[in-house]
This record gives sequence, C-alpha cells and structure tokens, in this order.
Amino acid sequence: MKDTVRGWRHIPQRYNLIGSKCLECGKVFFPKRIICPECRRKGQLEDIKLRGEGKIYTYSIINTPTDEFKTIAPYVVAIVELDDGAKITTQIVDCNPEDVKIGDEVEMVFRKIREEGDDGVISYGFKFRIKK
Amino acid sequence: MRDVAIIGVSQTKFGELWDISFRDMIVEAGMGSLKDANIEGKDLEAMYVGNMSAGLFVQQEHISSLIADHTGLVPIPCARVEAACASGGLALRNGIIAVASGYHDFVIAAGVEKMTDVVDPTPAIATASDQEWEAQQGVTFPSLYAMIAQRHMYEYGTTREQLAMFSVVNHKNGAKNPLAQFPFEVTVEQVLKSSTVADPLTLLDCSPISDGAAAIVLCPADMAKKYTDTPVYVKASTQASGTIALHDRKNLTTIDATVNAARNAYDMAGVGPKDIDAVEVHDCFSINGILAIEDLGFVEKGKGGVAVEEGMTELDGDLPVNPSGGLKSRGHPLGATGIAQAVEMVWQLRGEAGKRQIAGTEIGMTHNIGGTGGTAAVHILSV
Ligand SMILES: [Zn+2]
Repeated sequence: MKDTVRGWRHIPQRYNLIGSKCLECGKVFFPKRIICPECRRKGQLEDIKLRGEGKIYTYSIINTPTDEFKTIAPYVVAIVELDDGAKITTQIVDCNPEDVKIGDEVEMVFRKIREEGDDGVISYGFKFRIKK
Repeated sequence: MRDVAIIGVSQTKFGELWDISFRDMIVEAGMGSLKDANIEGKDLEAMYVGNMSAGLFVQQEHISSLIADHTGLVPIPCARVEAACASGGLALRNGIIAVASGYHDFVIAAGVEKMTDVVDPTPAIATASDQEWEAQQGVTFPSLYAMIAQRHMYEYGTTREQLAMFSVVNHKNGAKNPLAQFPFEVTVEQVLKSSTVADPLTLLDCSPISDGAAAIVLCPADMAKKYTDTPVYVKASTQASGTIALHDRKNLTTIDATVNAARNAYDMAGVGPKDIDAVEVHDCFSINGILAIEDLGFVEKGKGGVAVEEGMTELDGDLPVNPSGGLKSRGHPLGATGIAQAVEMVWQLRGEAGKRQIAGTEIGMTHNIGGTGGTAAVHILSV
C-alpha cells in the first residue's frame, strides 16, 4: 500500500493519540473529527491528547491476516475503551494471546505497525499492552 | 408514490466460477430476469447495478457502461451503486425509488461481484471497514465480527455451539438449493473443528469468497399482471446508515442501522415481526445472523443464539431464516447478495422454491448489511 503521505498526515494521531473533544457535550472522539455527531453545528471540537490508558472492551486473535501482517500472526486485536472516553481499535502486544480477557487494563505503547516491502517506508504508531 | 412490483428474477450459480467472466455473469443474470419478466431489453428505461469493488477485484471501474454495452442495451442509462456488501440491497432500493417516483416504468436492479480473479481478496474486503483506523491497525474483516461475537458471548452467554448452529441450519437449506455455492450439510462438530480464522470464529462461521450475479425486473404494480400471473409486490424498501468503524458504536451487540431500517420498513409496510413468514438475513458471519434476528425484532436481544439452537429458524420452524442457504451456503458475491436475497424471497412467494419451499409464504423480508453495519437495507415483499 503506497500510503507514505497518508501515514505522514496522521503522525500526530498515530504517535501521540491526538483526538477531539467537544466543548459543548464533553464527548471525546478518536480519530479526530470536524463535526460532533451529537451537537452538529452547535458543537465545538478541539484537539485533546488522550492518555492512552483503558480497558479491553472486546478482542479477537487473528490467525489469517492479510499479507502485510503475516509475519506477526497469530496476534491479538482489540477495541479498547479509553479512560478518556473514546473507543479505539488496536493490536494488543507483549502478551500470550490466550491470556487476554475483556476488562483487562491496558496502556499505549509506540511500535512499528508495518513495512511497505523491503525498500518501502516503515509505519509506526500506537499499539497497547496489558498493564503489569 | 406508486406501488411497485417485481415481475422477473434471475440468479447465476454462485461459486468459484473460473470459466465465466465478470461481464458474462451480469449478462446471464440480466437476460434471465428479462426472460422471466416476459419483456424485452428495449422496454427497459434504466438499470441499477450493485457492486462493491470491481476496481479491486477485476481492475475495472465504469462498469455501468460495460454492463449497458455487453447486455446490448446502449444507450439505456445504467448506474452502479456501492455500499460494500449492501450494494445489491441499495441497487434494489434505487430501482424501486425510480419506479415508485414515476420517473421510470421498467427498471432492472441487479448485483454482481467477481471475487476469485485475485489471489488474496482479503485486503479488498477489508475496505468495507474504516481503512485508516481499523484495517491499517491490522484488523481483518472477520476479526471485526469476531469481536462482536466475543462481546455477544460475554454479555448474553451466547455459546460457540449456538454460533455453529446458525451455519448448520444455513447449510441444511442450501443443500436444497441447486444455485448454492456449497449445497451440502455440515455438522456442529465440523464447524467447531474447522480452522480458526479470527477467534472465536472458524472457517465455517464465515461466508465464502464467491462469484455470481442476480437481477430483478421492476415495474409499476398496476401494470404487473400484464406480464406475469405471479407478481410480487414491494411493501417496504428502507435503508439506514451507521458509523463506518465498529469502535464508534455505543453498543457492539446491536447493529443500529438494522434496527432503524427495520423499524421504518415495518412502518412503511404496516406489518410487524409476527407477520413475516420468512426472512433472508445477512449472515456474512454466523454471529451476524444471530444479531439480525434480534435486531429485526424476531427475538429479544441476547436470545438469538438460544432461538437458533431450539430450531426456530429452520425451514419448518416458527420463522424460517435463509431458506436459500444464506450467505454461508448459497455464497456471498458481495454486490450480488442483496439482489439474490430478494430473488429467493420472490421464488418463495411464488411457490417456486422447489425442495426448500416454505408452504404458505405470503410476506417475506430481506436484510442486507454493508461492512460491519455502516449500512443496512431492508425490504418487505408480499404476494
Ligand atoms: Zn458535542
């Protein structure tokens, strides 16, 4: 996937977990949004750095990934409910996949996400791990 | 608004159709539906074709022209309609709107997908989810439904066996459908022992990679009897949107788009869940079949697994679900599915469904989902 520019554009969000918070209703969104779906035109969104801590809301262990992720399979993906409010889709790393459960407390870590072949760009971003 | 009728239907065999091309499939389905409707191509005024991703699967865009050209119907207008796996349902809805509005009298609504020309269709299928914030995180499409299943099991105690039963019932019906991709039965044990795709879902929880096409001819209800003795009437055609990403749903065990589309469909048709004699639901994965019977109002939230286990959804049960075999056994050529569901329901309503005929079907429903519920289309049809 030739997404060098697309990846670069998302660096604040992928490296630092920058989301949006609506000053009108208090809802938090990740990824960033321009419009709050609750308040629409009355809403006022501003950037917020999410703390990157939360709980596993649900998860799955992937045995048949796409080619890009073949080398790391089987691996765990999850939807994490962040303490700041939003839910986020992420990989769960540094764990025995069989040990992961709904409700586990997790924290963000900075990792390599994927490579565009041998000569391509390496993309980095967030993954999560279970808190010790 | 005018009432709308279906006067002709057709479906190709679904499967790995290596000897038949994208254009040949849609021509076969389209010509079949015209023949069934007793009209000629020159009588048509417009065509709507559901297709998720000819661009990624066969490197062909502009299929509207391709289809008009190869069906010999130039210069009749053709429009491609896309909402991932709900593309067919949307094509049907757009055709219905065109006739109901009075803009056109004779319209074809069709769907087509050719998925087996690529070595790995997984990345193309993943584009039905949020590419930037789901797929690029390493999430596959099956794993999104696996996460829904995990949460449904956690909240309601739905069991692995109940999920498997949904596939078992589908295959039991599909075994009676000569156009099905996998016309044979499977057991609960086979489902559980098949390879894990995305835990807790196994290969036999997942609908297959398929080629196929289907087509439907629509006309104003008051003209239908001139062409057929067995018109089927459109009682409701609705569509609702949901968030593209699964993580943005308040609740993962309800597909709000289904709930909203169903509520509007029941209102439009003036019927309730108890009036539906048979339903074709979007079981791209076994868990989605269970969510569907809950979200369409046939069983209480959380009771879908138990209902399937107790036989409610079998051909001779209280509410037969997926008499065609569903996406699991009939096959799931993405853009064709929403049309194929309606084709099956037309055959059921006409009493032409052969060994899988449900006696006395008068009102049927079809339910077509795009992505993980970013789009839902619901149709209610009657004799
Ligand atoms: Zn707001």
